[in-house]
Amino acid sequence: MSVRFRVNGREVEVEVEPRLTLADCLRHHLRLTGTHVGCEHGVCGACTIIVDGAAVRSCLMLAVQAEGAEVVTVEGLSNDAELSPLQKSFRRHHALQCGFCTPGMITTAHALLSEEPDCDAARVREVLSGNLCRCTGYIPIVEAVLDARAAYQQEDGARERAGDRKGDRP
Amino acid sequence: MRTVNSLVGSPIERLEDLRFLRGRGQYVDDLARGDMLHAAILRSSVAHGRIRSIDVSAARALAGVHSVITATDIGNRVPRVPMRLQPLPDFEPFGQPVIAETKVRYVGEAIAVVLADTAGIAEDALGLIEVDIEALPAVSDRHASAQGASLLFEDAGSNLAIKFRAVRGDAATAFRDADYVRRESFRTQRHMALPMEPRGLLAEWDAARGRLTVSGGAKVLFFNRRTLAKQMDLPEDAIEIVENDVGGGFGARGEFYPEDFLIPFAARYAGRPVKWTEDRREHLMCVNHAREAECDIEIACARDGTILGLRGHAYVDVGAYMRTNGAVGARNIAQFMSGPYRIPHIDIDVALLLTNKTPVGTYRGPGRFETDFFRERFFDMVAQDLSLDRVEFRRRNLVSQREMPYSIATITPFESKDEFDSGDYHATLDRCLAEINWSETSKLAGKLIDGRYHGLALGCFIEGGAAGPKESARIVLEPDGCYSVYVGSSAIGQGLETAFAQIAADALEVPLERIRGIFHGSTSYVSDGYGAYHSRSVVMGGSAMLDAAAKLREAIRAEAATRLGCTPGEVEIVEGTKAVGPGGASIALAGLAREGVEAEGAFLNKKHTYTYGAHAAHVAVDPKLGQVELIDYVVVEDCGRIINPMTVHGQAVGSVVQGLGGAMMEHLVYDQQGQLLTGSLADYLIPTASDFPNIRSVVLENHPSPINPLGAKGAGEGGIIAAGGVMANAIANALGTLGVQPRELPLTPTRIWELVQAGKQRAAE
Repeated sequence: MSVRFRVNGREVEVEVEPRLTLADCLRHHLRLTGTHVGCEHGVCGACTIIVDGAAVRSCLMLAVQAEGAEVVTVEGLSNDAELSPLQKSFRRHHALQCGFCTPGMITTAHALLSEEPDCDAARVREVLSGNLCRCTGYIPIVEAVLDARAAYQQEDGARERAGDRKGDRP
Repeated sequence: MRTVNSLVGSPIERLEDLRFLRGRGQYVDDLARGDMLHAAILRSSVAHGRIRSIDVSAARALAGVHSVITATDIGNRVPRVPMRLQPLPDFEPFGQPVIAETKVRYVGEAIAVVLADTAGIAEDALGLIEVDIEALPAVSDRHASAQGASLLFEDAGSNLAIKFRAVRGDAATAFRDADYVRRESFRTQRHMALPMEPRGLLAEWDAARGRLTVSGGAKVLFFNRRTLAKQMDLPEDAIEIVENDVGGGFGARGEFYPEDFLIPFAARYAGRPVKWTEDRREHLMCVNHAREAECDIEIACARDGTILGLRGHAYVDVGAYMRTNGAVGARNIAQFMSGPYRIPHIDIDVALLLTNKTPVGTYRGPGRFETDFFRERFFDMVAQDLSLDRVEFRRRNLVSQREMPYSIATITPFESKDEFDSGDYHATLDRCLAEINWSETSKLAGKLIDGRYHGLALGCFIEGGAAGPKESARIVLEPDGCYSVYVGSSAIGQGLETAFAQIAADALEVPLERIRGIFHGSTSYVSDGYGAYHSRSVVMGGSAMLDAAAKLREAIRAEAATRLGCTPGEVEIVEGTKAVGPGGASIALAGLAREGVEAEGAFLNKKHTYTYGAHAAHVAVDPKLGQVELIDYVVVEDCGRIINPMTVHGQAVGSVVQGLGGAMMEHLVYDQQGQLLTGSLADYLIPTASDFPNIRSVVLENHPSPINPLGAKGAGEGGIIAAGGVMANAIANALGTLGVQPRELPLTPTRIWELVQAGKQRAAE
């Protein structure tokens, strides 16, 4: 089957088997290997991507279900020049060790902070509890997300002033 | 070495993070080759049985299937997975064939390998293979194993692989004369490392050159290359094993598993690259399990609480085969039952018993997590019997600084003598008590507040590091004046590149930016390497780097001297950029590099380092629900010279949470037929972000190790070791009035509730 959607702002058309997961499509057909697959049954959260603004598990979604969707992966939240405020915060807080769960943590945290830039520690923990990490013990990840709120709050303020509440956040 | 730089000891941000945060890490499943085949492995669904027949014809006939490999395709003798550590002849009868030949001995054992154009087709084909297995009675626990009614290896005549014995002094005499003796039994449950990245391999065979490249290696590349070379009848230098980014190790990943032969073999067999990525169910069934141990131990004390002796028996369920490091946990149970305490007379034996379950291997703090639970739990019971304060009881018996180096029990049959290198064990205990404000918070012990009982506990640990015999490093001065560092150590997600760059930059007296890269993870980088286990990378690899740096500086002086017309002794290397001779004549190092200046160094070591410390916990337990809230948890450790305090701290906190998983929730459950009942992450629970929010770590470097030039002791395991004992003691302390005395992990809400009910029943009787 042919499926068309947008990934990180780019229009793509892929020929896939109906049974192919979106995770495998991104990784093996589009070679966006930043999205990791840790369990293939929706528990570990390593494959989390952002589909139409919501954090979803790409191992639990078929590629064909992405027809017409706007997909953002960790690569879409990154640039060559410098780390984003969220990524910088992860680095400063030593919120990653082996790096395998990190893309899912970044996408999940980005989706959360984009919606709720004022969330508290309990809310961060609740949302991140769907993403497993075996290295850090989570404490530095929670600290990193809380510390990155300021950047999203500023963006939020800037957007409000510009009268634009729906624009894509970089 | 701190004359110019002081990078060692600085919490610098990690170099690895720049690629990981952008999704640009390269893990083995990220690799692809144009003409590669995908492998899928048929695994036994029967725990114990005799293979009558395997019919692969329908699978072979499926469109897109290239081939199906079974034992008969491998050759006359199917290779065995070797023992990497403690390679005793006793273990030989129990080696694992890389693919099942005549029998299957655990659920998950490989029976056939399918190679196909896509992973999906390969998995489809697995369902078309017909295997007829005559089921035999499954040996599902250590009692059935010892009884021996059903044998895993008929020729061996027994399910007992070996018994280790740890002896110090004369336990029999000590017990005869003691004021006080108590006997207890404890048990820890089977659980596992569970790194977040599943295993994977990509093997490429170059038929024209007779060369094999295997990506997806980790931990012990050189040992695995030696093993594979023998098994595939290739010279060692015809094989390159490449380590990609590794999504966590914790002892389990990187050991030589059956697939480490099967996938390279398949690539040569098919004449095309072959890639294999395990799924999480396979991971739970096939990667080394750990920690299933029991003990019946006895302690002898004087009336004042001085420990006189410790003796007894331990039993480890090692699963179906003895492979690579499967004896380490059991060996450590014998040797480290005494922990950091002065116990003059010890006699502990440990039986390694085979069962029809996944084979075991090391998991972070092997044998130490188990014994810390046994010993620290026991100590709290003993202190109560003797009406002694539990802190004072420990303080009285900890090995003191003036006893260093302190000889510990000797293990047979491996004849391994060992000693603690240095340290002040009382200092970390005192610091831990201060951190948790013990004098105040311990007043809450057993108090019922808002329906929950509060409990406090503490425990001490030692962590071994610096396994020998050797590590290698090579440093190259590049044409642009930068340095490339090649090491035999392996990165498994612990931040090795950053720590090594700090050590190298200081040793070469250059800024961090001048270190071009830390190149690890290929058997082609140095002549010999030993890898990442037993908290050895920084101690061994770091010390090898110091040697290489010193030799490189000599080589630079010698090369510069010929250019400057002086003797090497007259040359001074300034700021790592130029060599200056007598009279101020100088030459840029960038220019010298065209001559190819490089040096290889090594560090050889037979002794171990011992990081040590203490943990303390404050819990609140709901007796109606069995639920435990961890209100505060502190780990204090002294790990000698610290390279990067930020990463050491991160290791400690992560390690504690992993240990809390083992203490409170993680359990690989089997039924009587040897079926794994926890084959997904929905069944096998590990800690999440909301479980344990309050963990603190204090890392000290007051006692650098005297046995290596860095003074480092290794870190990363100390956080996990004491977690089980401390949590069990905190819960016992909270529920003491209800008669709760945990003797078994994990302390799930159900188990705690059952202990409360049993305590109530006893009180009513």
